[in-house]
Amino acid sequence: MSEGDIETRVRKKVVEHLGVEEEKVTENASFIDDLGADSLDTVELVMAFEEEFGIEIPDDAAETIQTFGDAVSYIKQAT
Amino acid sequence: MFDLTGKAALVTGASGGIGGEIARGLAAAGARVGLSGTREGPLKALADELGEGAHVLPCDLSDADALKALPKRAVEAMGSLDILVNNAGITRDQLMLRMSDEDWQSVLDVNLTAVMKLSQASLRGMMKTRWGRIVNISSIVGATGNPGQANYAAAKAGMVGFSKSLAYEVSTRGITVNCVAPGFIETAMTEKLTDDQKAGILDQVPMGRMGSPAEIAAAVVYLSSPEAGYVTGTTLHVNGGMAML
Repeated sequence: MSEGDIETRVRKKVVEHLGVEEEKVTENASFIDDLGADSLDTVELVMAFEEEFGIEIPDDAAETIQTFGDAVSYIKQAT
Repeated sequence: MFDLTGKAALVTGASGGIGGEIARGLAAAGARVGLSGTREGPLKALADELGEGAHVLPCDLSDADALKALPKRAVEAMGSLDILVNNAGITRDQLMLRMSDEDWQSVLDVNLTAVMKLSQASLRGMMKTRWGRIVNISSIVGATGNPGQANYAAAKAGMVGFSKSLAYEVSTRGITVNCVAPGFIETAMTEKLTDDQKAGILDQVPMGRMGSPAEIAAAVVYLSSPEAGYVTGTTLHVNGGMAML
């Protein structure tokens, strides 16, 4: 899976789930501070990533995923 | 009136009097039901009675691994899990001065910790479909206390606090979490009481009679229904006026 492909798929999930515009989902965009997620949204996002990529993201790793960039880089090393 | 067609419900303690009646009530409203309990015989008999939509899922809730696997088994059997009824409960009555650590721990494990674990494991699917109902069967004793039942009352009151907190967390996801608190109900448990004991208890019930398991089931069916979608974090007391809370 190419790195750009991962980014596109992660962005799609974020847009879908948080109902934000695509261009707002930038590398450093924080789910909570910039994209309007609440803490439960972040848990659901991680669940969505797990399904999309067929991986399991342990709780301690999930807590470090705060931004779009965090999510992409975690998934890159996990897939 | 309440239509649960297309919904799948898991009922723990379905081999008991109240749990069995809850399963009947949910099935009558159109739900598929997963019957969980420790005694396979009564579960099978109940499943035969309920027919096609009923599934037998034996589970010992004091077994941590079996507990964790139960919601998954329910989904495998029924295709989804939309309604969780935590009804299973045990008693180990003893005066506080004589209560062993084991009496305390086993009651807390089955009556409270199992509720947390089953709820947690059931939430994922409910969050995804944006619809879910968790109904926890508490007890009047959780609100009023009862001598000899410090362990049971602690677990049943704990269940209420647990339900309110979880209700907050998932309120925006179409999931409600409520309790039903039965008073004095005709079951195998109350059957063992002597006539004198029964009379003593009935003196405290304004309606002057025991409740029936069907009257508990009706409350559960209501809280499980789409119509109860705006009701969350509450405890519905079904006790003939024994405690007006």
